[in-house]
Amino acid sequence: MLPEGFFPRILFLLETYSQSFMQGILYTMLIALVSTFIGCVIGLAVGIVQTIPTDKTENAAKHYILQVIKFILNAYVEIFRGTPMMIQAAFIYYGLPYVFDVTLGMLPAAFLVVSINTGAYMAETVRGGILSIDPGQTEGAMAIGMNHFQTMTSVILPQALRNIMPQIGNNLIINIKDTCVLTIIGVTELTYATRSAAGAYYTFFEAYTIAMVFYFILTFICSRILRVIEKRMDGPENFALAMDDAIVLGEGTYKYHGNPVETNHDVREFKRDEALRKQSGNGGER
Amino acid sequence: MSENAIISVRHLSKDFGSNRVLRDVDFEVHEGDVTCIIGASGSGKSTLLRCINLLEKPSGGEILFHGSPIAGHGFDPCGYRAKVGMCFQSFNLFNNMSVLDNCIAGPVKVQKKSREEAKKLAMFYLEKVGMAPYINAKPRQLSGGQKQRVAIARALAMQPEVLLFDEPTSALDPQMVGEVLSVMRTLAQEGLTMIVVTHEMAFAKDVSTHVVYMADGVICEEGTPEEIFEHPKEARTKEFLERFTNR
Ligand SMILES: Nc1ncnc2c1ncn2[C@@H]1O[C@H](COP(=O)(O)OP(=O)(O)O)[C@@H](O)[C@H]1O
Ligand SMILES: [Mg+2]
Repeated sequence: MLPEGFFPRILFLLETYSQSFMQGILYTMLIALVSTFIGCVIGLAVGIVQTIPTDKTENAAKHYILQVIKFILNAYVEIFRGTPMMIQAAFIYYGLPYVFDVTLGMLPAAFLVVSINTGAYMAETVRGGILSIDPGQTEGAMAIGMNHFQTMTSVILPQALRNIMPQIGNNLIINIKDTCVLTIIGVTELTYATRSAAGAYYTFFEAYTIAMVFYFILTFICSRILRVIEKRMDGPENFALAMDDAIVLGEGTYKYHGNPVETNHDVREFKRDEALRKQSGNGGER
Repeated sequence: MSENAIISVRHLSKDFGSNRVLRDVDFEVHEGDVTCIIGASGSGKSTLLRCINLLEKPSGGEILFHGSPIAGHGFDPCGYRAKVGMCFQSFNLFNNMSVLDNCIAGPVKVQKKSREEAKKLAMFYLEKVGMAPYINAKPRQLSGGQKQRVAIARALAMQPEVLLFDEPTSALDPQMVGEVLSVMRTLAQEGLTMIVVTHEMAFAKDVSTHVVYMADGVICEEGTPEEIFEHPKEARTKEFLERFTNR
């Protein structure tokens, strides 16, 4: 039976509904993680296409085709950013069988809605991320003969991605919370679980306290993990000198250094070859 | 006009909207030439270099590379740029890559060399500019002079036929100018063909084989360093040089 008092009731609910809470957390995280990932891929693709430079005078056909594609992508971004996700979920879940005669399962519908929603937001973020990279980076890449594709994949996108990492994190956290609107199509995510737990014994305050705590724990863990990933992407603060700076030491006065750091394999090999060539005897110790 | 010029610029003009920045520019670069382009700010020096490297599209005239125009159908601008290197005033090193990767990216991605081979090349040129110890550093961890030396090594790793420099020392603190100029001096002595836009008159005087003085989008006067610096003919050249030597 339902015990008296706030904390005993919370414990009671947790015990009684542990399985549905666990399933709720699982679905919430599954939908949020997978959809954020797919959404980022969509956003990346759309954002990249939207920043392809076109020159009407050079290739008119390509220019006009791109204009059409860009228009369609723009429409996609505007429509999905401009309407509530809850309505989109209902629209797609109930509308698809009606219009196209295809029935989507609840979960696939959930993935679809959250992904294309995230994609619409990410497209703008990616576009901004690409535009924020100094044009000098592109010129540097062009000057060594890279084409547009090579410039994007090896120079611009890695930097743009690093810069939009906080936004990707933002989207993940928003998605964890916003999966709650999928209750409308019956996905048994965390809010759905909470509602059923609350309804059975009329313990609304207790049940929603539990949900608050769970949501916070999930988003907090994710935001910390993302910070760690960002740090990783930045690489070490310091770098190891591979050997002495020849110019600082003055030409001809430098020699092979003892205790070289791990990463110097190549330098050592190169120096060894050179030393052999010069037949100089003093390689090795300081 | 001789046949064996690497680069010939013929009647080149460039407009930005209604602003005519280059007018009927004519000059040639032969193998082993070190051509210094001097002139006041805004006279079109950068634009000329950027046209040569196709970072800007010329509005008129033509540029020939070994006698054939660098425009038109079937011309491959990327392949051309791989043979004509460029160093920028603001270095433009790839911020997401280490010093070594900056120098390897071109040979591997553009010239399709193996990583091993590219590494050897990169190390050779990094050694030449004295930056071999810094292969693990990211650009943000380097001083301006070091960045420019890496940028030079990155361009050299492509083994270009011509190397263009756009005011390579203008963004540097005075004590760093020397290290970059000394590297460039070495390259000139080794016979690398270079076109250098610079305000370093001593460098232009000592190192170049040919000096071009530009004013308001035209070549006002050109000749050997002696001709330009010792016996300038044009009044504007004299005036420009006086302003520089009196500083
Ligand atoms: N992208 C551009 N759009 C419009 N005007 C430009 C552009 N780039 C350069 N200019 C103009 O062209 C002229 C020459 O510039 P530039 O070649 O940079 O001169 P310099 O390198 O000799 O200082 C300047 O008047 C400059 O304002
Ligand atoms: Mg300039």
